[in-house]
Amino acid sequence: MLTDDEKREIDEELVKYRTKRAAGPEALKVVQKRRGWISDESLKDVARYLELSSEELDAVATCYNFIFRKPVGRHIIVLCDSIVCWALGYRQIREHLQHRLGIGVGQTTRDGRFTLLPGACLGACDQAPVMIVDEQLYVELSPTKVDEVLDKYR
Amino acid sequence: MDKPLTQNIRPNREPMDIAEYERAGGYQALRKALQMAPTQIQQMVNDADLRGRGGAGFPAGKKWSFVPMGAEARRPKFYAVNADEMEPGTFKDRLLMEGDPNLVVESTIIASYAIEADVAYLFLRWAYKLSAQRLTKAMAQAYEKGYLGKNILGTSYSLEMYLHTSAGRYMCGEEDGLLNALEGKRPIPRTKPPHAVTVGLWGKPTVVNNVETVANVPYIVTHGAAAFKALSHTDEGGTKLYGISGRVKRTGIWELPMGTTLGEIFHECAGGMSNGYRFRGLLPGGASTSFLLEEHFDAKMDFASMDKTGSRLGTGTIIVLDDKTCPVGMLLNLEQFFARESCGWCTPCREGLPWVRNTLKAIERGDGVPDDLGILQEHTWGLQLGHTFCALAPGAVMPLGSALKYFREDFEKHIQEHRCSYRH
Repeated sequence: MLTDDEKREIDEELVKYRTKRAAGPEALKVVQKRRGWISDESLKDVARYLELSSEELDAVATCYNFIFRKPVGRHIIVLCDSIVCWALGYRQIREHLQHRLGIGVGQTTRDGRFTLLPGACLGACDQAPVMIVDEQLYVELSPTKVDEVLDKYR
Repeated sequence: MDKPLTQNIRPNREPMDIAEYERAGGYQALRKALQMAPTQIQQMVNDADLRGRGGAGFPAGKKWSFVPMGAEARRPKFYAVNADEMEPGTFKDRLLMEGDPNLVVESTIIASYAIEADVAYLFLRWAYKLSAQRLTKAMAQAYEKGYLGKNILGTSYSLEMYLHTSAGRYMCGEEDGLLNALEGKRPIPRTKPPHAVTVGLWGKPTVVNNVETVANVPYIVTHGAAAFKALSHTDEGGTKLYGISGRVKRTGIWELPMGTTLGEIFHECAGGMSNGYRFRGLLPGGASTSFLLEEHFDAKMDFASMDKTGSRLGTGTIIVLDDKTCPVGMLLNLEQFFARESCGWCTPCREGLPWVRNTLKAIERGDGVPDDLGILQEHTWGLQLGHTFCALAPGAVMPLGSALKYFREDFEKHIQEHRCSYRH
């Protein structure tokens, strides 16, 4: 069941579009923001509210990189692995993150604190290498800087 | 020289709020535009020869002129700004949205008026959180001031504007993919014709323009087509945001006359290569353009001149390849991106790109065979224009075709020596 709070925020999205289905991606984000990820149950809740079948909505959910259909950690690290970051030290940053967190790309730490995801070009190539943690972009990364950033997130 | 795009951008400071923006002359263009007939604005933009800055270079005024106008037109009509900047190596639209969000909003209102749109969408990339915050504020302030909503500035024109923040997919930056995504469908291409200008969002006339494209419109309205054309070094009007990244002394974005040469951007703006690195080649406008070499430094960075080199202007943001980076590894990275982001609609792209990636992966780790080069070459034909619904597929093999031509010895060396000589 969607909460009243979730419904209210989805309703605000519905105003923007001509059909209920068009609010699908935004509605999924509304629910994901509160529940962390989109379980089959959450998918069904949203689909029912938008008068879609779960399958129709899942087809849309799965084409987006940042609608999570599996559980994720409390904080999402998106490490840019596109061309400029790749050429300017991505590998070192990735190895440092993997070592520090004890996980591979696509995995979540055992304490549920971080999920490390690969990311396509984050549009900050002039300050490569870069990553996003939750809402914040971090640029000109070095192993030391990565350590400082990680310490901010509990 | 006037800088229509970056005149209000103050590096490392908060962008202007709406009051500061107005004091700097902001929203005067909208006032002027609302005194003109929409078709007059279309004509001005057409005369200015404003080309689409998203990469295709299609004349914006011409695109607008295809929209059915007047009482006969089917309503509502839509205007969408393509702010789904996700072309690897590209970071120009982010500068505009973070640096002068009011300009983006005012531009969108004028462009919407020029096609008599009822609703405008800003289709923003998921990753651009700061842009989202700043655009949201600029839109809210525009509503408060009466620049948006019902009867804008007391005229009969009304417009609603919405921000859509997407959820991350390269295909959303393709025009029809963007429209499908806004309708809540998978971002896949559509059959053309009909084009979006007549049958777009929910089947209604829709114009989609890139952020940088539309951001030029207030200048054109204020100063006229001739002044806009005079800013350029070529027939294509205006300035252009050129960017550069890679192992150069200075990375960044510069607003320069359209048609500034590649060499000027590389030497004068970027200051040449970083110490200890030598130049091998560059992609002039993002991942989906062809490599160019030092011999192309005299070429002008406009759409027509770049086409003549065999590459494309694309987004105008240059990615530099240095002598310590393996061209095969670079290609592998690029094709990995395209393979991952293919929407899967067309077979050559869905099946071809993973094959290209796997072949490059084999060559890069030393398992390549001589026939692999033929397989790679074949895919530059397989994904060519006309073999797929959208233009992203031919774009995906542009760096491949040119790398096989310009860096062939690197590929052959990997295959002969069964290793990558760039690895330490």
